[in-house]
Amino acid sequence: MAQQEQKEVEYWRWDEGNWKDPDKDWKDAKVISAGVDVGSVSSQAVIMTDGELFAYANTRSGYNSRWSAENVMKWALEAVPGMKLEDIHYIVGTGYGRVRVPFAHRAITEIACHGRGANFMYGPSVRTVMDMGGQDLKAISVDEKGKVLNFIMNEKCAAGTGRGMEVMADLLKVPIGKVGELSLQIEKEPPPVSTTCVVFAKTEALGLLKSGWSVPMVLAAYCSAMAHRIYSQVKTVDIQKEFVITGGSAKNLGIVKRLERELGFEIYKGTTIDTQLAGGIGGALFGKALYEKSLKK
Amino acid sequence: MISIGYDLGAAYSKVVVLKDEKVIGKGIAKTTLEPMESVIEARKAALENAKIDEGQVERVGVTGSGRNLIVKSDVSATDVTADAAGVNHINKEIKTVIDVGGEEARAVKVSEDGKAINSAVNDKCAAGAGAFCEAMARAMQVSIGEFAEYSLKSTQRIAINAQCAIFAESEVVSLVAEETPRQDICRAVHDGISERLTSMAKRIGIEGKVGLIGGAALNKGLVESIKDDLGTEVTVLPDPQYVSALGVALMAANA
Repeated sequence: MAQQEQKEVEYWRWDEGNWKDPDKDWKDAKVISAGVDVGSVSSQAVIMTDGELFAYANTRSGYNSRWSAENVMKWALEAVPGMKLEDIHYIVGTGYGRVRVPFAHRAITEIACHGRGANFMYGPSVRTVMDMGGQDLKAISVDEKGKVLNFIMNEKCAAGTGRGMEVMADLLKVPIGKVGELSLQIEKEPPPVSTTCVVFAKTEALGLLKSGWSVPMVLAAYCSAMAHRIYSQVKTVDIQKEFVITGGSAKNLGIVKRLERELGFEIYKGTTIDTQLAGGIGGALFGKALYEKSLKK
Repeated sequence: MISIGYDLGAAYSKVVVLKDEKVIGKGIAKTTLEPMESVIEARKAALENAKIDEGQVERVGVTGSGRNLIVKSDVSATDVTADAAGVNHINKEIKTVIDVGGEEARAVKVSEDGKAINSAVNDKCAAGAGAFCEAMARAMQVSIGEFAEYSLKSTQRIAINAQCAIFAESEVVSLVAEETPRQDICRAVHDGISERLTSMAKRIGIEGKVGLIGGAALNKGLVESIKDDLGTEVTVLPDPQYVSALGVALMAANA
């Protein structure tokens, strides 16, 4: 290991990566489409062949959206030997940075893409989608086709967002991927942290540790507060089953379980697809439809 | 009559000693995770500064979010009440007070006899208080003093879109990476806080002279932004972070 001194551990850094379906060959496809979801915290590029998931990349967003879009698309293509950007028939940009995806044919709002993406991932029985994003929370009501009927978005405040959780993981020195399960390793559920503001919660968390609370207990209290915050938002749209969650925080069992407690029912989890891909998937599906439409002209 | 006033805030503990309504000593200590630590330190400093010992103190007044730490007191007042009393004692012309603390900010309407007749408080969001400045100064790796100096040298107004201190931190980092002039970033941060403070103040109506207190009032950059937003002159009271403690010490003396 010699000179490679381990850099200071970045607890907030969740796993980035790319993937390609090993059983598919893009050369057989009629329509190749892609959705590039550029968020404030993370970006995803999803490539689909004839409306089926083919390859994707999931990375941290950079300083500017244009760079983030180019970077994540490059990663996705790297997963596919021989594929170039020009081989993709239609690319849709979505997310906060959607207008800055230079190689996109069209920009579509992340609300529409999340609705469509959730419908693909979870099926036509989905009616309520809670997207727990890096810097925002979206509660979306959809019909059986994934079309958006109503939505509410919070993008002003870090409380309940992935960024808030990154701050806590960093503060408590727990790798973010472990926060959820660690928060459930408690004997009794502690009361939630009292403030919603992440800046205040930080101070409060330190005080709790000092007064003898264990790290799992503090995590539990914070996840509890976040779940409550998320619930307060989703309440404002008509909550109907099936209720699904997307976004990075959907991977946090500590929040999911507590959200289920507030909802009073189980969240439908019928997908094996990474929950952060919903926006990109929706974009790629819209891309396919738009491309097919253009062929008919 | 010797009275002592404690203002136990989220960021600092402040103590003021009064003799016959004149300030004879002051002490301040940073709040740590050990609640009583800063209280004891600030008190010690104030008593030493006043050249008296604890036994000579006749009345005790407490205010601030941590006021319940002191179990025995003659007066326990809300920040709003203490602010009004303190400001009125120093400058009777001031009718509207903006108090910018570490984690909370408030706007207070003061009557002629030093009572709070209306108030608005922000205690939900760090972006309207001193913690925001500190976080941004850290993000830019400068001291608060340097941050204020930069702000005063700004030549153009830019906007920071994020309202949240946590999001703004990322936005500031991006702006630095895009080589936006530091002076303009610092100014934009102050403009953001000022906007929140002035809309809070407008909720109670701005009347007469406007006074600024609280630790963040020492930030010259923030004061400039507030003056710009209000469009009026703003008086920063001397020793602005002690005004609340002074106010409650007065209240204790007159109780």
